[in-house]
Amino acid sequence: MLRAPAPAPAMAPGVPWKSPSPVLAVLLFSSLVLSPARAIVVYTDREVHGAVGSQVTLHCSFWSSEWVSDDISFTWRYQPEGGRDAISIFHYAKGQPYIDEVGAFKERIQWVGDPRWKDGSIVIHNLDYSDNGTFTCDVKNPPDIVGKTSQVTLYVFEKVPTRYGVVLGAVIGGVLGVVLLLLLLFYLVRYCWLRRQAALQRRLSAMEKGKLHKSAKDSSKRGRQTPVLYAMLDHSRSTKAASEKKSKGLGDSRKDKK
Amino acid sequence: MLLLLLGIIVLHVAVLVLLFVSTIVSQWIVGNGHSTDLWQNCSTTSGNIQHCSLSSVNEWLQSVQATMILSVIFSVLSLFLFFCQLFTLTKGGRFYITGIFQILAGLCVMSAAAIYTVRHPEWHSNSDYSYGFAYILAWVAFPLALLSGVIYVILRKRE
Repeated sequence: MLRAPAPAPAMAPGVPWKSPSPVLAVLLFSSLVLSPARAIVVYTDREVHGAVGSQVTLHCSFWSSEWVSDDISFTWRYQPEGGRDAISIFHYAKGQPYIDEVGAFKERIQWVGDPRWKDGSIVIHNLDYSDNGTFTCDVKNPPDIVGKTSQVTLYVFEKVPTRYGVVLGAVIGGVLGVVLLLLLLFYLVRYCWLRRQAALQRRLSAMEKGKLHKSAKDSSKRGRQTPVLYAMLDHSRSTKAASEKKSKGLGDSRKDKK
Repeated sequence: MLLLLLGIIVLHVAVLVLLFVSTIVSQWIVGNGHSTDLWQNCSTTSGNIQHCSLSSVNEWLQSVQATMILSVIFSVLSLFLFFCQLFTLTKGGRFYITGIFQILAGLCVMSAAAIYTVRHPEWHSNSDYSYGFAYILAWVAFPLALLSGVIYVILRKRE
């Protein structure tokens, strides 16, 4: 928090009093520049796109160093594109919204804001090309009244162009999604294939040993499926390594590249 | 051999750095007093004041941005997967997933640079321009990424 320093003009004794205006000017300037510890800051969008005939929401929010008081007031002004004057089109004071009933926005403005949520937004219905221009949102929250207003420019199109980032997000999300899906699919297929191979291996080894008691095996398989599966996976990996070792030992056609 | 492993990692990190720099730095097209890149246009007016504004919302520019970001993501994922596979792959196995992601990153960079080359008159209207160093880095990153990916696919895991 900056406070304006209170300079005491020091005068050497015997020096005549020169005009006090430079000192006063410095004082005034410093008080204007250094004192705003309290100010109200208004936030709006920078530009808003709307299609002809549809509606558009002009958002307005603010930050204030004071609590939201009952005397809070919102004012929306409109400056046509290429025009010089700004006219008031909406005012909210003491809990009551006042909508334009005689001007260009007659019966087209709707108040959707709520002072308790620091929201001073309005909705303009039934847009037309003559609505192109700059809208200014002005918020006063007594005793916090000094601050900058914020402007939003309305562009009315026949058809709203795609917003920035739609193509960006779609491409990134789409490609990543497809790659992840393919990976998942690949791992799923490999897992199922390994499971089937392990089951076939087990049946083969059981047949070799001559212990084909089908009924007992089927009942045991149906009873405890999951723990047996994990054991078979380890077994399959070790058998795969063993078979590889065997093939390497037999014929070293595949040299181990560094 | 440890030297080979180190060399491969250095190559991969170099590709990653090239991708990062060419995505972030603002020097894809330079002219006298202005420079354009994926994210903003900066121009220096007389008096040495630099004005930077956001690039246009052209769909082709957004697709270039998207594919550059995708290439960075794929390269980072590939590095991470390489370290995962280094410790979990069986002996004699190949680093397929790492190589595939790195090759995908290279393809993304190539498509981004190609789209930018063809479509850049659409979003800046300066007649005198030349390509900046970030654009050249993107083209350099493409063969290096392909090479790195192919090395991963050919490589076999030892011990």
